[in-house]
Amino acid sequence: MPTPPSLPSAPGLPGGKPKGPPVNRRELSSKDYGGGASTLCRGCGHDAISAAVARALWENSENPYKIAKMSGIGCSSKTTAYWLSRSWGFNSVHGRMPSVTTGAVVANRSLNAVGVSGDGDTASIGIGQFVHVVRRNLPMTYIVANNGVYGLTKGQFSATADRGSKSKKGAINDFEAIDLCGLALELDCTFVARSYSADRKQLIPILRAAFQHRGTAIIDIISPCVTFNNHAGSTKSYDWGKEHEQPIHEVGYVNEWDLDEVEYEAGSGINVTLPDGGELHLTKLGRDHDPRDLSAAKALVADAQAKHEFLTGIFYINEKRENLHEQIDMVDTPLCELPQSVTRPSREMLAEVMASFA
Amino acid sequence: MTPSTSEESEAAGASSGAAVNDFSISVATVNGTGSQTANSTLLRAIMRMGVPVSGKNIFPSNIQGLPTWYVMRLSEEGWIAPREKADVVICMNRETAREDVMKCAPGGWIIYDAPFKLDTLRDDLHYFAVPFGTLVRDVAPPKLHRLVVNMLYVGVAAELLDLDMVAIDGALENAFGKKPKALEINQKAVRHGRDWAAENLTRPDGGFRIEKRNLTEGKILIDGNSAAGLGSVMAGVTVIAWYPITPSTSVVEAAEKYLEKFRRDENGKATFAVIQAEDELAAIGMTLGAAWAGARSMTATSGPGISLMSEFIGLSYYAEIPAVIANVQRTGPSTGLPTRTMQGDILFCAYASHGDTKHPMLLPATPLEAYEMMQDAHDLAERFQTTVFFMSDLDLGMNNWMSDPLPYPTKDHDRGKVITTAEGFEKQGGAKEWGRYKDVDGDGIPWRTLPGLEVDGAAWFARGSGHNEYARYTESEAVYEGNVDRLTRKFESMKPAVPAPERSNCCAGGAPVGVIAYGTVHHSLVEARSRLKEQGFEFDYLRIRAFPFAESIGEFIAAHDHVYVVEQNRDGQMLALLRNEIPHISAKLRSVRHYDGMPVPARAIVTDILSQEATA
Ligand SMILES: Cc1ncc(C[n+]2csc(CCOP(=O)(O)OP(=O)(O)O)c2C)c(N)n1
Ligand code: SF4
Ligand SMILES: [Mg+2]
Repeated sequence: MPTPPSLPSAPGLPGGKPKGPPVNRRELSSKDYGGGASTLCRGCGHDAISAAVARALWENSENPYKIAKMSGIGCSSKTTAYWLSRSWGFNSVHGRMPSVTTGAVVANRSLNAVGVSGDGDTASIGIGQFVHVVRRNLPMTYIVANNGVYGLTKGQFSATADRGSKSKKGAINDFEAIDLCGLALELDCTFVARSYSADRKQLIPILRAAFQHRGTAIIDIISPCVTFNNHAGSTKSYDWGKEHEQPIHEVGYVNEWDLDEVEYEAGSGINVTLPDGGELHLTKLGRDHDPRDLSAAKALVADAQAKHEFLTGIFYINEKRENLHEQIDMVDTPLCELPQSVTRPSREMLAEVMASFA
Repeated sequence: MTPSTSEESEAAGASSGAAVNDFSISVATVNGTGSQTANSTLLRAIMRMGVPVSGKNIFPSNIQGLPTWYVMRLSEEGWIAPREKADVVICMNRETAREDVMKCAPGGWIIYDAPFKLDTLRDDLHYFAVPFGTLVRDVAPPKLHRLVVNMLYVGVAAELLDLDMVAIDGALENAFGKKPKALEINQKAVRHGRDWAAENLTRPDGGFRIEKRNLTEGKILIDGNSAAGLGSVMAGVTVIAWYPITPSTSVVEAAEKYLEKFRRDENGKATFAVIQAEDELAAIGMTLGAAWAGARSMTATSGPGISLMSEFIGLSYYAEIPAVIANVQRTGPSTGLPTRTMQGDILFCAYASHGDTKHPMLLPATPLEAYEMMQDAHDLAERFQTTVFFMSDLDLGMNNWMSDPLPYPTKDHDRGKVITTAEGFEKQGGAKEWGRYKDVDGDGIPWRTLPGLEVDGAAWFARGSGHNEYARYTESEAVYEGNVDRLTRKFESMKPAVPAPERSNCCAGGAPVGVIAYGTVHHSLVEARSRLKEQGFEFDYLRIRAFPFAESIGEFIAAHDHVYVVEQNRDGQMLALLRNEIPHISAKLRSVRHYDGMPVPARAIVTDILSQEATA
């Protein structure tokens, strides 16, 4: 969850200006949310995620300077260098992005943290930190670019690879997959979604809602690794995704300032209001699912995992549970901005302490 | 070190059954029976009588049921290191009672729980049998017996040792001031013990006595961890992330206590965050994340935690992100002896993490230094944008030390080269010129911006991978080398900034032999020095207080014929570090080591130095 954006009153989205590329409420074009050139393999799903993230930030008119781009280690974790160069990034160590993010966001609550991790980075070496960041409900967006393999170390199975799926070299994975959405739900995570890197239309609004979510938003994004896991027999390939993706609903996100311009037919779906006043609109596709119902979400995800179904959408959202800042009753001023007059106790206070040791 | 072979009665203070203000008291109890308050009451009362005293808790890695000892040393000369044998032993633990008696110094006193029947074990001791079990029934209801019985021995000791009741009442007030009922019952117990002893026990002539002096005026009694925790609070620590581990836990507990007290705003909102992390990996990760965002942060741990943190420590070094790590050292390797002390992580912390890394270490010897060096650690970490180790140990951290009151800081927080405004950014060259890792000032220390600054070009990408002056990814050999060479320059430039060594020559012109020590071994060393002087052997002494080593350390070694490095580990870690960092003085160094997990008795140092002097 970000600071309430102090938005300039710029024209609405998109194309408020007569000439040049369309700009958002901050008078920024989508290019202004771009980053360095990608060094990933051509066609890598992660690049599509980066593009979606940049686009979603732009569409939301997020304050670029307040986005903290956090990551661990892996091809996926490199991608925070490929969007929003205007802001700070912290490419930390393997599996530890959540703890670094926790420290950063606690120190400066005006930062809106977007973490990018991989399935190796999260489901293996970093599973402990994943669990605990969810448990604390740290305000952040936590993206797992999930390709079922360790891309950067050349294609070993990860812990999210489905049992029975085939490696590029022909080996069969004997182990049950960890379903990160299922695990997050088990931990009462307050925002749990799955998407597909190639499904830009769905991914962007999910990200936009996640950026405005009050606590931890986990988005498990299936993101094919074209080099090591895009063959027949893989359940994380483009072909597999194309054939199997089943969106449970159509996702729309409307910022507060645009609410007037959008009209939903009554009863056409489920609306959830986010802390910034924006609205998430979910229109039923095929299945009945209320994402405000935790046990329904658990059942849905467990059932899909058992059947090896590739469901996408927002499984669960809860804007009520306190986030970490609220749980520790922290001041509104970012801690990093407190002056010495606040951070150093007075002479009288020290004297009081000394008396207790006399 | 070679085990001491000398006999009981030798110099370092074994008594012959009589002493005023110069003896030691050992209280043997069972862990978890609440004897701490009784022991600290005794200790504080002695201090309030003007007699210098220190207290060491020798406890098991267990919560309840195993033997534990509390050893107090009274010394008008201010000696603190433990004596090898206690003079007055209070036996409250049946299980160890026989052993405790056997270990008592000749002529010593045994105060014991009557049913233990210890008085036939040795005939060179005085025995005082006390029916604690009966006495406690007179003063407390059954459910409080276990706790209150401890105050009875305080009373008995008060009578036998001539402890002043006003001092005891003052000490009880300190412990129970806010709980009048508890205060009353404990006062009653002390008096009952004292009265019973006065009526039923006879003190031998001479014997052990405490006499009023005025040697402790204005002093406080404090453990090093409380001092360190308080130091971090005075340093303005704002984010603490930690994972509990003995003996470091009370650093954070102390800090949190004072933060809770002093760092809530008028609406009761916290202006700090203390996060109990899921492990030490997360603790250091949070510490770095907070520092990167611009808040003063720290973590506290012990050896096992440092092992886990090592990867992040390298990141802090290479990406240049401040961190303060309090390492309260305990006996390793592995789980080791978790409740025993050691200077065991010197080499490890100096070079922790893979690749070429080096980290400053501060080496406090007293609570005052723990307090001040914790403040230094925060300033240095931000000034040099790197991890600073605060290297305490269990002896300093968890034992009670007499100290001057901790003074109010005289310097403002040094937040280092941080750009916080658009103008500041322009001053550093702005979007065109500024580079996160540019050495513009020639001291190896670059300027940093903090996330959230709303200025174009001010952002940088923190990474542990190869980076150029602009924090961009590179694998260029030349850039890599230039960068790590700058880190060396930065490290070198810390030498005059870290706490300087403390030198004390034996006499005008100095002695041919030098001795180096650091941390809590200092207290054993100064006592050993005095004993050696009595035997005609004098030396110059240098106490190292920080790494990197000040130039004067090499000069001190070079100026002496040979130099003993006295330390508390098996491998001579400080000696190895000196050899590695100042190679040309290698041949001059000799090692004195003590590593059984206990604070070093002065006599161990005396014996070792004398035997090395005799053979060399
Ligand atoms: C402590 C540590 N162990 C191992 C590695 C090697 N390593 C780098 S990336 C990686 C796996 C990355 O997999 P994933 O998170 O799925 O990212 P992907 O490359 O697939 O996007 C491993 C094992 C490392 N960098 N650090
Ligand atoms: S190896 Fe796989 S994950 Fe890595 S960049 Fe290439 S396609 Fe993407
Ligand atoms: Mg992967």
